[in-house]
Amino acid sequence: MAHQTPGFQLLREDQDVSHLVLTGDWVQGQSHGDFTEIRTELMHGAANRLVADGSALGDWDSVLMAFLLQCHNHCREVAIEFETRQMPAGVDKLLQLATTVKAHQPPATGKTSWLHAIDPTRALQNLIDELRESLAFAGEMGIAFYRLLLGKANTRFSDFWKFCYQAGPDAFAIISLTSVLVGMILAYLGAVQLRQFGAEIYVANLVVIGTLREMGVLMTAVVMAGRTGAAYAAQLGSMQANDEIDAITTMGISPVEFLIMPRLLALVAVMPLLTIYANLLGIVGGGIVAGGMGITSLQYISQAEKALALSHVGVGLLKSVVFAGLIAVAGCRAGINASRSSAGVGQAATDAVVTAVVYLIVADAAINIFFQQMGV
Amino acid sequence: MTNDGRPTHIAVRGLTMAYGARVIQRDLTFDIYRGDIFVIMGGSGCGKSTLLKHMLGLINPAEGDILYDGRSFFRASEAEQQAMRQHWGITYQSGGLFSAMTIAENVALPMQLYTRHDAAEIADIVAYKLALVGLDGYQDYYPAEISGGMRKRAALARAIALDPEILFFDEPSAGLDPISASLLDQLIVELKESIDATVVMVTHELPSILGIASNSVYLDAERRTMIGYGDPKQLRDHSEEAVVRQFLARSPTADEEEKVTQ
Repeated sequence: MAHQTPGFQLLREDQDVSHLVLTGDWVQGQSHGDFTEIRTELMHGAANRLVADGSALGDWDSVLMAFLLQCHNHCREVAIEFETRQMPAGVDKLLQLATTVKAHQPPATGKTSWLHAIDPTRALQNLIDELRESLAFAGEMGIAFYRLLLGKANTRFSDFWKFCYQAGPDAFAIISLTSVLVGMILAYLGAVQLRQFGAEIYVANLVVIGTLREMGVLMTAVVMAGRTGAAYAAQLGSMQANDEIDAITTMGISPVEFLIMPRLLALVAVMPLLTIYANLLGIVGGGIVAGGMGITSLQYISQAEKALALSHVGVGLLKSVVFAGLIAVAGCRAGINASRSSAGVGQAATDAVVTAVVYLIVADAAINIFFQQMGV
Repeated sequence: MTNDGRPTHIAVRGLTMAYGARVIQRDLTFDIYRGDIFVIMGGSGCGKSTLLKHMLGLINPAEGDILYDGRSFFRASEAEQQAMRQHWGITYQSGGLFSAMTIAENVALPMQLYTRHDAAEIADIVAYKLALVGLDGYQDYYPAEISGGMRKRAALARAIALDPEILFFDEPSAGLDPISASLLDQLIVELKESIDATVVMVTHELPSILGIASNSVYLDAERRTMIGYGDPKQLRDHSEEAVVRQFLARSPTADEEEKVTQ
């Protein structure tokens, strides 16, 4: 069935009344006139009443209704009376239904220009808020830890073992893969350069020191941030969405003691062990590449032994403890502060990983500078 | 107000609730008497759950105070607040069961925290509390493995674990079929009478409100304050506010009386 093009005419009946005559079929797929056109005419005409006349109207659907609603709303804005006449049955009813509840006016939020995003005072304010919140969180952790030492905290050790298992043995496979590969990458990187001086044998030193002090622990931490930190955020976030955190609070238990402490302690306990494991595999990975460059495994091991110093291991382990704390705090904080929806849980997991990785890199740099100055 | 000489248990005084600058409800003042089944009612979005969260001390009021047995909750020290909370049993809108624990562990947790029972005694009490709500035998199920109605009842079992003085319910029968909902109402009444508790619940299930409530407050979303307080059956027939009568008579427009006067 062919539709006629919809249209309208604005006729001035007398001083006060304007007639809006609708013609044609107001249905989907037919382009109709622009509402702004009428608006300008009405503004100029300044009639006190607008009558929409449907006597010449053909088919209609929501297209017509949307148009009439716009007319109605505009008339209300500029205090013109609006009425419909000879409309098909149903139109008046629908229009009444659509106009009984006035459109919600969102509160004015002030103009935000794109410059707003880089406004230094606002950025500073955000930073201060963030710091204050972090400090409060750290304080709560401190209190919970103190109570734990006194034996008064509601921290359950069954939870602790469960989280140790999740963070530790469950992560072996992925840690194995990444550590071997990182060891190999380090060895390749060094071997190509060292060969120019005929000093390929020092690849072992490079791999050992590089892995122990830096790459082993950092890669483990990044994997754990993605694996465990995000899991913590998702767990706590969905607990928030499910009212579980409220239930804990109203049971008189501190969520920090009950939920965060076991997670934090488990990660802090497990990370050094994972780091040692990652270091070993990293050195093995380096050995594989060195073997390919004509260094025998005996040579590699004896050179590695010379490079091995307790301070390198110590630095790596110290970093692993610091990183574990940062990952757990970033994950748990994102989870506790998650908004109560499934979208909130996803956002919390993202936040946890992003914050954790930033924390890791900043902390790593700070620790390196510190040890550099100390000469360790 | 018919309190039959019962003393005030919970007193809300001049409470104003706000999220930032957005005021949800202002100037709420009412008493909940010992042994009441008190209903917080009102249209969607009027702040019923927010009021409950204030009563639970999860949100601090913008103004005003809530007193339990005459003692202010918000001015109490943290240790005192914890002590007060030990006498409360709460079920949340979504149950609030700990999803990582079995039903038995959920019910046992408050007892592990606050009583000196040994594990065997706790297991016996858990079985008894679950039997009260008709869930004995479901000890080792996780909350995700049972139906919504069962989760509500399991949450109720956890709420009564410590024989609380006050039971708070956030929409206890929402999402249940009419039969389960009325069974849950019955259960609430029976438990309340047997452990001699005061019940505070948020609901907009009319059968619950008219069936079991002895006292109520109506929060209005438009005027952002309470416009009705008292026995809901009285309010339905005699409230001065047309909105309250309409709400309780479940009619979207003016009720009979209104039509006559018009």
